[in-house]
Amino acid sequence: MKPMTVFGRQKPANLEPEGRKDVNYSSQWRLMVLRFKKHKLARISLAVLALLYVCALLAQFLAPYSLESYDSKYVNAPPMKLRFVDADGKFHIRPFVYELQSTRDPDTMRKIFASNPEKRYALKFFVKGERYKFLGVIPTSTHLIGVEQPGRIFLLGTDALGRDMFSRILLGSQVSLSIPLVGVGISFILGLIIGGVSGYFGGWMDSVIQRIIEIIRSFPTLPLWMALSAAIPPRIPVVRMYFYIVIIFAFIEWTGLARVVRGKFISLKNEDYVVAAKIAGVGDAKIIAKHLLPGLISYLVVATTLAIPGMILAETAMSFLGLGIRAPATSWGVLLQEAQQIENIALYPWKIIPLATVIITVLTFNFLGDGLRDAADPYKR
Amino acid sequence: MLQYTLKRILLAVPVVIFISVIVFYIIQLPPGDYVSNYAAEMSVAGEVFTQEDMAAMRADLGLDRPVFEQYLIWVRDIVVHGDFGFSFNYNKPVMAVIQQYMGLTLTVSLVTMAFQYLVAIPVGIYCAVKQYSAGDYFFSGLSFLGMATPHFLLAVILMFLSYTWFGDPLLGLFSAEYVNAAWSMDKAMDLAKHMVIPVIVIGLSGTADLIRVMRGQMLDELNKPNVVTARAKGLSERKILLKYPTRAALNPIVSTFGWSLTSIFTGSTITAIVLNLPIQGPVMFNALLGQDMYLAGTWLLFMALLTVLGTLISDILLAWLDPKIRTEFRGT
Repeated sequence: MKPMTVFGRQKPANLEPEGRKDVNYSSQWRLMVLRFKKHKLARISLAVLALLYVCALLAQFLAPYSLESYDSKYVNAPPMKLRFVDADGKFHIRPFVYELQSTRDPDTMRKIFASNPEKRYALKFFVKGERYKFLGVIPTSTHLIGVEQPGRIFLLGTDALGRDMFSRILLGSQVSLSIPLVGVGISFILGLIIGGVSGYFGGWMDSVIQRIIEIIRSFPTLPLWMALSAAIPPRIPVVRMYFYIVIIFAFIEWTGLARVVRGKFISLKNEDYVVAAKIAGVGDAKIIAKHLLPGLISYLVVATTLAIPGMILAETAMSFLGLGIRAPATSWGVLLQEAQQIENIALYPWKIIPLATVIITVLTFNFLGDGLRDAADPYKR
Repeated sequence: MLQYTLKRILLAVPVVIFISVIVFYIIQLPPGDYVSNYAAEMSVAGEVFTQEDMAAMRADLGLDRPVFEQYLIWVRDIVVHGDFGFSFNYNKPVMAVIQQYMGLTLTVSLVTMAFQYLVAIPVGIYCAVKQYSAGDYFFSGLSFLGMATPHFLLAVILMFLSYTWFGDPLLGLFSAEYVNAAWSMDKAMDLAKHMVIPVIVIGLSGTADLIRVMRGQMLDELNKPNVVTARAKGLSERKILLKYPTRAALNPIVSTFGWSLTSIFTGSTITAIVLNLPIQGPVMFNALLGQDMYLAGTWLLFMALLTVLGTLISDILLAWLDPKIRTEFRGT
């Protein structure tokens, strides 16, 4: 529909929402979805995040190599180029990589790599490689991409032990992307229960809980994180370590969510419909579940989403300092440890690549949170 | 107002006591203690350290007593003598170690804070006045990026750029020849040169945040009737801008002043470790890892107190600006 001209003025295009005449009858959730869809950046972010999480879920399959795999022949090898045209100018449908040949720099005695156009390795799909468990259950050895033995493929170069960066970024994303999610999930539950009790029942319980929250919040997060992470004993199984880190994050994060919940409970519990339910003799549990939770869950989702970026950055920082997840497991922060030395960045710039994934994830979570915040109150103009 | 302030300060007292207990608990958490760490170091160096030696050392340092007793002694010394304990690593009282690093820490923090406000306020005003312009998009994008980048890596990247452009990664706060030199004009210039990267890196997230707050506040204020009236009366745009909306928009920024310094203090820790700055962050981090418990504890306590103090100042400032908060407080 083209904008109509009314008395020489353009009629605003959004006067009648076209195609959704039912807007007056839509449910709250429907309105939220509609409003969220209008936030372009948030929609794109959601798609990017979905992609990232799917990649993390299928990391073992997508990555050509496993966590333990290393090759001391290819230490600090640069990223390989995927080529279609070979040295003779012939075009190949199937992309390929050249073999890497290492030589020593005569002056610095440093290993340098050059591609050898004589030897081509075609990129293969669904190749057999190291064994792993698909999605953690089905044992298999098929990897999405790879090259034939004895060829090697390093799409993003290798690290100081000759491990493939591309595989490690994918495998590291499993830790980096799940820790904030699990941590925020735990703090979501803690915040909901404790904040709810505090806000709904009030009285002395409220005072005690508020003082506790105040005390936890008056600790500066970073030093507290450092102190608690330093307390994790060094040689414990990866799963336990993961568990500890998540608990630490959740322990610090829940206070913010509890405050949001409490504030919302206090303002909602005096609404007419809640008072009416109380007078009608409805039990506390039912009032909370039926009348209060639906009113605040959207705000809580927003607060939770906006808490995730901080956790990702914190996990990266802790791992970077060597206080987070440790070998043999990896995360983006662990991968960035090698970027700590300026020589590494100068000589092997591909080691900074995990930074890009961190930035993309944090940005998309921020945009998604912004979009959700706008959508949470569909009546706001 | 006075009553509110007093009440607020009194409420902070139990919080501080609890914090000191938790701090002491946390610094006990890491496995082992200073003596076992020391023994491990000695055995690496090839020296023999027997169980009896360790026990004697523990008794000497008072580490063999029960934890709560150690805590009470620590608190008693703080309250009675202003003595925060002894740093095992430095072999000096904790206060002496902190004093040694306090000067440079404060310098870096204050310069960073000045940088934040000097950059964020004009940029925020600009972005609001020229909303949706290319400049607004540029700075908004930059501030988003500033919030999403881990500082410590930005520090490494800037160091690398400085190395490729000027041939000097500007590590630390002084060049080698000035570290032990007496203060002079040259040394001050050297310090100023080395402060550029830390100030940008540490101040970045705060600046990004402030730009967004300032922009939002200004956008709210720009269309208020008083601005329209002033414009109708024919006041120059520049005068209107500085006289009305800017002053009103600055209120919330001023009231978070107390927090700002605290967040710079704590936020600088990792950056300082990466950049090898001789300020409190790295010193305390090593204390934490090396079980130098009184130094680490004092530092944690100090940080927490700064946060409490920052909140206190912000609350009082807010109550002073907004009478509604005062009456609300009386109501509960």
